[in-house]
Amino acid sequence: MPTLAPPDIAALPASRLSHLQLLEAESIQIFREVASEFQKPVMLYSIGKDSSVMLRLAQKAFYPGPIPFPLLHVDTGYKFNEMISFRDNLAKELNLDLRVWRNEQALADGANPVALGTQRCCGLLKTTALLDGLRNYGFDAAFGGARRDEEKSRAKERIFSFRDKAGQWDPKNQRPELWNLYNARIAPGESIRVFPLSNWTELDIWHYILLENIPIVPLYFAKEREMIVRGDSLIPVEQSFVKSLPGEVQWIKSRLRSLGCSPCTGAIRSDADTIPKIIAELVSFRSSERANRVIDHDQDGSMEIKKREGYF
Amino acid sequence: MPTLTPIEPDFAIEEFLHAEQQKDLLRFSTAGSVDDGKSTLIGRLLYDSRNVYEDQVRAVTGKTIAPGAKAPAIDFAQLTDGLRAEREQGITIDVAYRFFSTQRRKFIIADTPGHEQYTRNMATGASTADLAIILIDARKGILTQSRRHSYIASLLGIRHLVAAVNKMDLVDFSEDVYNTIVSDLHTLLGQLNPDGNAPSLVTIPVSALDGDNVVEPSTRTPWYSGPTLLQHLEEVPVWTEEATAPFRLPVQRVIRPDQHYRGFAGQIAAGTIHRGDTIVALPSGRTSRVASITTFDGDLEKASAPLSIALTMEDELDISRGDVISIAAHPPQHATALEASVVWFDATRLETHRPYLLKHGTQTLPARVTRVLHRTNIQTLTDEAVNSLGMNDIGVVEIESTRSLFFDPYAENRASGSFILIDPQTNATAAAGMIRRSLGTATAIHTPTHKAALLSVHTPEQATTLEAALLAENFAVVRTKLQSQPILRSLLSLGLLVILEGIPTEHTTVGLELHTLEADPQSPNAVAAFLNHLRAVHILPAQKGIEEQQS
Repeated sequence: MPTLAPPDIAALPASRLSHLQLLEAESIQIFREVASEFQKPVMLYSIGKDSSVMLRLAQKAFYPGPIPFPLLHVDTGYKFNEMISFRDNLAKELNLDLRVWRNEQALADGANPVALGTQRCCGLLKTTALLDGLRNYGFDAAFGGARRDEEKSRAKERIFSFRDKAGQWDPKNQRPELWNLYNARIAPGESIRVFPLSNWTELDIWHYILLENIPIVPLYFAKEREMIVRGDSLIPVEQSFVKSLPGEVQWIKSRLRSLGCSPCTGAIRSDADTIPKIIAELVSFRSSERANRVIDHDQDGSMEIKKREGYF
Repeated sequence: MPTLTPIEPDFAIEEFLHAEQQKDLLRFSTAGSVDDGKSTLIGRLLYDSRNVYEDQVRAVTGKTIAPGAKAPAIDFAQLTDGLRAEREQGITIDVAYRFFSTQRRKFIIADTPGHEQYTRNMATGASTADLAIILIDARKGILTQSRRHSYIASLLGIRHLVAAVNKMDLVDFSEDVYNTIVSDLHTLLGQLNPDGNAPSLVTIPVSALDGDNVVEPSTRTPWYSGPTLLQHLEEVPVWTEEATAPFRLPVQRVIRPDQHYRGFAGQIAAGTIHRGDTIVALPSGRTSRVASITTFDGDLEKASAPLSIALTMEDELDISRGDVISIAAHPPQHATALEASVVWFDATRLETHRPYLLKHGTQTLPARVTRVLHRTNIQTLTDEAVNSLGMNDIGVVEIESTRSLFFDPYAENRASGSFILIDPQTNATAAAGMIRRSLGTATAIHTPTHKAALLSVHTPEQATTLEAALLAENFAVVRTKLQSQPILRSLLSLGLLVILEGIPTEHTTVGLELHTLEADPQSPNAVAAFLNHLRAVHILPAQKGIEEQQS
């Protein structure tokens, strides 16, 4: 059976580039192209592992110069505390121009997923906040860390994804994208979302983090954490509006596979406290990474609907 | 499913990561519509090579068990079917990218629709592919759709074609049926590539539905001894071509954090560069040597396509975004008038003499299509005389740009032979182009391989001898007696070797670097010694014989 035969590594030509080298070169080309073609690019920084890889690639693209654009974090107000402190330390350490944007009005009105449901909550705190933030600063291109392997509708996303004046995506009318020749022309008010990690897989991201020694939020590593245990779900104890029933709160050795808002991001039971262990877990794991996110499963094709409205 | 399968205790993560790090990447495209089994084939490839998650399989497994079956059927096609609009219409509209890997390789599939109205999506998917899978229904033979896909794959320069002769289960795995199709395919490829430059073709009899010869060899095709589809995908060599072509770097950006560093950043489009190599910057034609190859991970001694790097030069050259840095010994062609194949994308038809923006490498410049030579009828593969091209048409046109393009023909180099046309009114990507040839009289210009320099020669006899010696080596030389600094500066800025005859005044040459032939006018070797001096200070390149050995 051909697939299970490991290659004879010594017999491979030395000049050949590995898939990670190829992906890195492609991503750097995208960063440089955007920084040169747009007036006011920004990198959307979500603090997660994909953003961490994106940040490293941006450093590489402009080395020995600084990253020539700011970072924007769209903060829903419900991110884990560990994420926020990680973000602030990193920005200080790397001397990053980090901007934070929140939908303060919605938060003041008490928006949360329990009160509104996840769809409306995401709409206000993510999509609306993102569009307002981009408009407020006048950014004309925004880097996002989305990958095509994450979800069906993302498999069709361009690397340069055109958004109209309302920030919306029209999946039926995407610009053809050939070779590495990206069309960066837009009219005033229009913008482009750029996905330099389009061709990376979840395994590629982890492997690159390992090889490059990229710092990530400790929530990714397993340790004893206080969790609400409900059926198969582990909900981190963080926000007071997430109520637990008697006996539901337990200390569980667990970690997060992807970082979102604390009320809507389930943890998993895990012993993986190093990156190689996370990778080992990943390759033996049987379900795709977004399966733990409540929001993608609200409704058939829900990610596609959110994207049309302007979500990443 | 938040509960984990426990990690197997003997799982050797270090070994796994080491193997993972050695994997290379193969990009391939597929084209086809709903009834020819393309989605089923890809779904089967992903499922049998264990690249599908359980939650994804659950989502496409039927609720009922068919009579005679042991378990509910898995709808493989649904594994790769995307957008809501497509699900409603039951067709694949756009290019979808899929990822999977085996122990040897990572794969990126550009999965494209097969109908004629989606020719543009097929071209998009093919543009970055190393290999194309052409699907053929064994019952039907080569239909228009397979013909179209083969044509587009050849046009877009894919070097490896695999014909998957599918639905063999419906023709009782007949060797005769298969052989007829294989023979027709070879005839077709010969037609598509009359110049004899046809891509390699491998044919495989498969049943995507049952899995025969997709991942596992089939017991139902004892007459077939070739590889399974996956085996072939794992073994086809892809990494050899780009690194051996002449070096090209389209400059994306000048990185200049302070006055001590000035790096020309880009992704290497072709070839290999070493520290110390002599390069020529185009369009200026100025030459220099590579002082360093910069990356975040440290300087490199050499770098090959398609790495993203930055180069610093030994001399201060005025290079900016849109320029091309080439190995001096093998510069690209240049022209303002080109013949190119184009695939028209836009709903608005091509208009000749209307301005479009042409993006080639990292430069964008105004251009016009001056003439449409013909359109290719993809059904019959014949050329039709037309005045314009509409959406999904493929044709050959003549294009004029306002400035010179430095290019290689697409057949030799995908990266420096490709361009897109943008409609400046709507900003739509109107077309993709593949340069066939220059329409200028000289296809290969003389690109200076020397640096500009001012050569002071006192006597007319010496000037004549020196001029002749330089011209004999094809250098661009101009000879003048004018003692005018502005004129000398403009000649030098053109990249010329300027022979200044007579005794130069200080007023003329102040601030200019002067190389003086100061020898006994009687000495027969004075000019030869002067040429050696010019080589020693790198104004002239090393002598031809030596250079050819090096390159």
